[in-house]
Amino acid sequence: MNNILDVQNVVKQYGNYTALNNVSLQVPKGSIYGLLGPNGAGKTSLIRIINQITIPDSGTVLLDGEKLNLEHIQHIGYLPEERGLYKTMKVGEQCLYLAQLKGLSRAEAQKQLKYWFEKFEIEDWWNKKIQELSKGMAQKIQFVVTVLHQPKLLILDEPFSGFDPVNANLIKDEIIELNKKGTSVIFSTHRMESVEEMCDHIALINKSNKLLEGKLTDVKRQFRSNTFQVGILTHDIEGLMYQLTQKFTVGQTDFKSLDNDLKLEVQLGDRKSNELLEILTSFGQVTHFVEKIPSVNDIFIQTVSHK
Amino acid sequence: MKKLSLIIKREFIAKVRNKSFIIMTFLSPLLFVGMGGLIGFLASMNKDSVTKIAIHDEAGYLKGDFKSNKFTAYTDLSAMPFEAAKDTASKSYEGLLYIPKVDSIQQLKDKVEYISEDSPSIEFISDVETVVDSALTSDNLKHLGFDADKIEEAKANSTLKLSKFSGEESLKGLNEIKIAIGGMMGYLIMMFIIIYGNFVMRSVIEEKTNRIIEIIISSVKPFQLMMGKIIGNSLAGILQFLIWVVVGLILAFLAQNFLGLEMGSGSVNPAAMEMAKQSADFSKFQLYFNEIMNLPLGLMIVSFIVYFIGGYFLYSSLYAAIGAAVDSETDSQQFLFPIIMPLMLGVYIGFFTVINDPHGTVATVFSIIPFTSPIVMLMRIPFGVPAWQIILSMVLLFATFTLVVWFASKIYRVGILMYGKRPTWKELYKWLKY
Repeated sequence: MNNILDVQNVVKQYGNYTALNNVSLQVPKGSIYGLLGPNGAGKTSLIRIINQITIPDSGTVLLDGEKLNLEHIQHIGYLPEERGLYKTMKVGEQCLYLAQLKGLSRAEAQKQLKYWFEKFEIEDWWNKKIQELSKGMAQKIQFVVTVLHQPKLLILDEPFSGFDPVNANLIKDEIIELNKKGTSVIFSTHRMESVEEMCDHIALINKSNKLLEGKLTDVKRQFRSNTFQVGILTHDIEGLMYQLTQKFTVGQTDFKSLDNDLKLEVQLGDRKSNELLEILTSFGQVTHFVEKIPSVNDIFIQTVSHK
Repeated sequence: MKKLSLIIKREFIAKVRNKSFIIMTFLSPLLFVGMGGLIGFLASMNKDSVTKIAIHDEAGYLKGDFKSNKFTAYTDLSAMPFEAAKDTASKSYEGLLYIPKVDSIQQLKDKVEYISEDSPSIEFISDVETVVDSALTSDNLKHLGFDADKIEEAKANSTLKLSKFSGEESLKGLNEIKIAIGGMMGYLIMMFIIIYGNFVMRSVIEEKTNRIIEIIISSVKPFQLMMGKIIGNSLAGILQFLIWVVVGLILAFLAQNFLGLEMGSGSVNPAAMEMAKQSADFSKFQLYFNEIMNLPLGLMIVSFIVYFIGGYFLYSSLYAAIGAAVDSETDSQQFLFPIIMPLMLGVYIGFFTVINDPHGTVATVFSIIPFTSPIVMLMRIPFGVPAWQIILSMVLLFATFTLVVWFASKIYRVGILMYGKRPTWKELYKWLKY
């Protein structure tokens, strides 16, 4: 099987409200998968189904090719958006308890905890109560608890909220490291920059429906508009503009540049980029020639507001 | 199962380690004993003060009839002139009892006067009236030609002997003892349900407000979590209860040995034994003791345990559901009322109807209805209840318990993941269908 998670035609209704309308997703093994969507789109409902917190009204979910069952709980690590720990319980005891609930033996849990506590250099927190820790410290513990049982699939709902930049980076690095070791990661977030940076696959859910899904590069290709940003040093601006507007749609734009050049955004339509380049070179020195790649943010906004 | 036991263990330890739990466990018996001691002390303080009463009996009709006792000390000031006696009495006595000189003793009927600053107790008034009455009565008798002493001798004092159809002798006051025992058990169950039900509810709310719930629930079934909570908290409660029993026994032992107080039967104290043997009271005591031993003690204990478990689980699953439905304890009030009501109803119905007629319709019906049966049936059992009623009531209790736990776990399952607004009854009903 190539997919760690295969969601097939899942429907979930709460009373008259449809939270998920026939949603299907494929999360490839070893990927970092961005699950995007505005608030109330149905992301949390889907995640709760994957975690077997709720059951779908219809449809199936396969984890690593098997129909979801209670055995799978220990293969999934889940960091919910609404997270917390027992405030009056000691850190060590709490971690042991939560790890054992995930199916680890006490000894195994202790071994894993030792590894993570040493890694994060937080061994002296063991006997502290959560309420004695700062929010950021508690978040670290929370992350440890999530990954402690070495899950095959890690589901992180807004993982960076509540972290300061230093810790957010630390956690990001850990996620990437885990991913390199073979853990598949599902990311649910609004923060597009982290998606851009980390995800290789994305899916977009809006109003209970999946709108798009695929490899990040494929999705971007799908949304490319064949628009180029160009910079040119020329004396005959009028001539250039006349030539360009004959064939393309041209607009003004701005980008960082060291030259005092003319900055244009050119939409090629069906034509090839070389045609543009030919015209440009005949008028002067080309300083900038880049295809405008749609950002995830653009895709997100475009898709959500479109449909 | 392994997860359930993990949850039970955590809930138990979290509860037992809680400071307020430890304090309550060890302070409650002391408080209880302290309160008892204080009440006893205050009561004896109240009695200790002897009321000093002066008597001015001009003709000496009632001379010697007023006898001083523990609470009242009479002093005869008849030798003084009335005004002087009145003056003395107002200064150093509580009051002055004035018996004027009259033509015939019968005129004293409405002539005896009590002069005081504060109005006397009802007890005192009736005491004085009794003394005057008996003096007048014996005077009457004398005039009619009867011998007062002979009449006194001739007076009979009867007692009604109670027995059962089975031939055993029964005792007066036994009903009170039975209702006390049954009532104590029923009351205990009610208190336990309210206190530990609240603990369960608080523990659910805590997980909700801590937002740890979603993490737990992604590892275990909500039903397991709910049952783990209920069982863990009840074990903590049982531990607390056992500690109370042990501490109570130790305190009783200490009180008996060092303070010389007679506790309970008194049979441990040899002197009291000796005294009791000599008096007729002993055989009576023996009878009471036998009668208590004749109560269906085994049945009482077994049914206490059964009703305890059934009642506690029934109610605490409701408490858990309420905890899941609300965001804070203050929001829980509107949902708690319908839970506490049947409990209170059970206790009141138990105390008022069972003592009048343990097998009356009301008592019987409420001892079978599951929500009140743990309390009312326990009160009835010492009076002897037909087996079919006990069985019916227990079966109904456990059937309802299963049903309620199922409903509660549905509400619980949805409620724990709901934040924000306080749900209405209608919404709770909708959750059942999710």
